[in-house]
Amino acid sequence: MGRIGKIARRTFLVGSAAVVGGVAFGYYAYKRPVSNPLLNDLAEGEAALTPYVKIDSTGITLITPRADSGQGAYHVQAALIAEELDVELDQVSVDPGMPDPAYYNTALSAEAAPFRSTDDGFAADTTRGIMDAMMKFMGMQITGGSTTVPDSFEKLRLAGAVARETLKAAAAQQTGANVADLKTEKGAVILPGGGTLAYTELAATAATMDPVNDVVLRDPSTWRLVGKEMERVDILAKSTGTQRYGIDFEVEGMVHASVRTSPRRGMMNGFDAEAARVMRGVIDVVQVTDGVAAVADNTWRAIQAVNAIDVDWGPAPYPAEQDAHWQALSDSFNADQQDSRFRDDGDVDAVLEGAEVIEAEYRAPYLAHAPLEPISAVVQVTETRADVWTGTQIPRFVQTNVAKLTGLNADQVFVHVLMMGGSFGHRLEDRVVREATEIAMQMKGTPVKLTYSREEDTIQNDTRQIAMARGRGVVKDGKVEAYDLGIAMPSVVASQMGRQGLPVPGPDLQIVAGAWEQPMQIPNYRVTGYRAPELAPVSSWRSVGASTNGFFHDVFLDELIHAAGADPMEERMRLCWHDPSRKTLEAVAEMSNWGSDLGPNKGRGVAFCMSFGVPTAEVVEVTDVDGAIKIDKVWVAAEVGRVIDPINFENMVQGGIVWALGHAMNSEITYSDGMAEQRNYYDFEGMRLSQAPEIFVRGLENGDTVRGMGEPMVPPAAAALSNAIFAATGRRVREMPMNKHIDFV
Amino acid sequence: MKLTVNGTEHEVDVEDDMPLLWVLRDELNIKGVKYGCGVAQCGACTVHIDGEAVRSCQTAAADVWGDVTTIEGLGTPDAMHAVQQAWVEHQVAQCGYCQSGQMMQAASLLAINPAPTDADIDDAMNGNLCRCGTYPRIRAAVKTAATKLQEA
Repeated sequence: MGRIGKIARRTFLVGSAAVVGGVAFGYYAYKRPVSNPLLNDLAEGEAALTPYVKIDSTGITLITPRADSGQGAYHVQAALIAEELDVELDQVSVDPGMPDPAYYNTALSAEAAPFRSTDDGFAADTTRGIMDAMMKFMGMQITGGSTTVPDSFEKLRLAGAVARETLKAAAAQQTGANVADLKTEKGAVILPGGGTLAYTELAATAATMDPVNDVVLRDPSTWRLVGKEMERVDILAKSTGTQRYGIDFEVEGMVHASVRTSPRRGMMNGFDAEAARVMRGVIDVVQVTDGVAAVADNTWRAIQAVNAIDVDWGPAPYPAEQDAHWQALSDSFNADQQDSRFRDDGDVDAVLEGAEVIEAEYRAPYLAHAPLEPISAVVQVTETRADVWTGTQIPRFVQTNVAKLTGLNADQVFVHVLMMGGSFGHRLEDRVVREATEIAMQMKGTPVKLTYSREEDTIQNDTRQIAMARGRGVVKDGKVEAYDLGIAMPSVVASQMGRQGLPVPGPDLQIVAGAWEQPMQIPNYRVTGYRAPELAPVSSWRSVGASTNGFFHDVFLDELIHAAGADPMEERMRLCWHDPSRKTLEAVAEMSNWGSDLGPNKGRGVAFCMSFGVPTAEVVEVTDVDGAIKIDKVWVAAEVGRVIDPINFENMVQGGIVWALGHAMNSEITYSDGMAEQRNYYDFEGMRLSQAPEIFVRGLENGDTVRGMGEPMVPPAAAALSNAIFAATGRRVREMPMNKHIDFV
Repeated sequence: MKLTVNGTEHEVDVEDDMPLLWVLRDELNIKGVKYGCGVAQCGACTVHIDGEAVRSCQTAAADVWGDVTTIEGLGTPDAMHAVQQAWVEHQVAQCGYCQSGQMMQAASLLAINPAPTDADIDDAMNGNLCRCGTYPRIRAAVKTAATKLQEA
């Protein structure tokens, strides 16, 4: 049985534990006096081992606990471990942390509490409330809030290095060789004479030893994998239809359920299920909170049956009609509802007074996440345990909520995280698991798979926030002299955390994210956040507050720059005081050959937004085709510190551009009679292949911190499109979706 | 009723109007075919019937007129179809959920039109939604697959 090695200078420590037939390496997280919600069910001083590497006689498993919704998280995590462990990615299996029963049956060590699959899978970037608290601590620093990636960046390589050195020590013990004479390559220790010992042959010995924690991470110049083009670990499965997702999961004896809860997100007054109960294959009709579920022997039969139930729904707890939602935002620009004013440079009021003020108002709608895989969960509840199989980004909340619902202890709830067919923030909510649990509790012992119909997934979506902004500005001598932006929206963090029963005190930084912290040196510069009342439920949608604010902030800046008669690129560069940010503008200017003659009916817009600590500049080029806009080309430059896999990086950035522009063109969720009016992809379209522009991507590596790129390409994209449309047509589009004002090809 | 899927004949006892999608997924446990929208708006459920790309969510079980091929029948990890090889080569997938349908649609296009133009690709692939936005890679992979098939 391994023990924790000597404590290094690090804040975390790699440990090891014996598992059936082998050894696991990971890091210990300790409960500290400071409250940490990630470790709530540990007693003070207790520790949990989160394994990253498991080796037994049958093979090497890299455990990649951060959830993968398509962004390549498993791949990137595996590559970081493999870099130091000296294994090839095709030699290992990658496991998202599906709990192995061996862990539960093995007391890891005197110091460690039982293994939990969810400690790290919870992932700091899934909890915007915590993110915001962190950002408050970090104050005005330009580095921003996303510390998750840099954290993994070191932690996973360290786990790989400790495992490698411990395996070398095991080889030395087995052979009598000197550790200094041993090398490692392709999952084996190379002995001085040239013979090899596979890691799998050393695992049992390694499990009896103290892990070697005295390791130094390799210099980036020696990396074999990180920073190089790699084949994603899941690409073969995803190219052959063999990848399994949450919705594909099956377990012996499972029944299928589908649910309808209030389309007005309120109460259910009553229902009549007579017709549904006699339909073929229907096993039962049961109630869940604010709704009803049909349980059948097949997914389609369950969906048919639940749709055949006649339900009387209560009223919505928010305004029934969309106009009232906009009115609530419009009414929020007042001192009482002021939430924050973290940016207030110069004397905006004095400059605005008596000057020729340029004013504009902007709007961004509610948006569904609508990942292509509808949400689903399989839940089995017995007297002594509950198992949950689902694609989720918040396994720790899931565990807590299932424990609460069932009355079981958290350590009797086992959350098995499955591959997700997209998320974009959708799977930061866990209603599908709660409802599946409610059904499963009414049929104890039977595994219940709850699958949402696409329509239910759309209606019940906790959408992106609705938002409105008002800008006032002054230009002087060809320059932007004053910039005053007010933004009103409901608090995403309060809505999202409220569903988890967590209060979030203080200002919500997401109300001004993507606006207040922009590295622009405008002499008189103010950004004010106004908190609108809670309206329809809202949640984190790819890039959260910045998804609306990046549009508002940069389009208004563009309007002022045009009013000043300056060049949109040059004036942004002049205003930008932050060197790594300005370099992103310089890069897109160079990539797009900014300023070159485009020919007739074309226009280009540039936009910049720093979000999640990543400065991102984008240029969009459009053509006016007989009054309809065609998006031809997009250039993106982002400062990410280090690109871990250039192919995955390019694909993700291109996809994020398609995402942002598609929604900006044609997508919104609106309410009428208290219900979302949209139901499916026919009225929530996004972008189609024929509309997709050519997209050129460059990742800059001028910073010293590696950062995540899942979101930062989104905020500037709609702004660059609006700015390009203005350049091509002279028409300024200040509202999304833009097809309310202009046609697209 | 009888259904031939990927060369194997199955006897299934289902309603006439059960969509082929659910017969494949829930009755025959063929999971490569995906449910995305249920109303022929996304293409995730695309399969071939006698070589023609169809939306299995809108094809009633009783109306299946020929042999069904799913992504599992197009090729396997050990013996991939040219389209699948191109999808690996270009590393098209992000979440990958739509890609079975995309590949089935692309394979059908190339069977009919071995050298599609950009406009042909746009027309053929426009009904297949990708929420991750992998369209640039899908375009490139279709072209690579066309070349592979022509060389074969």
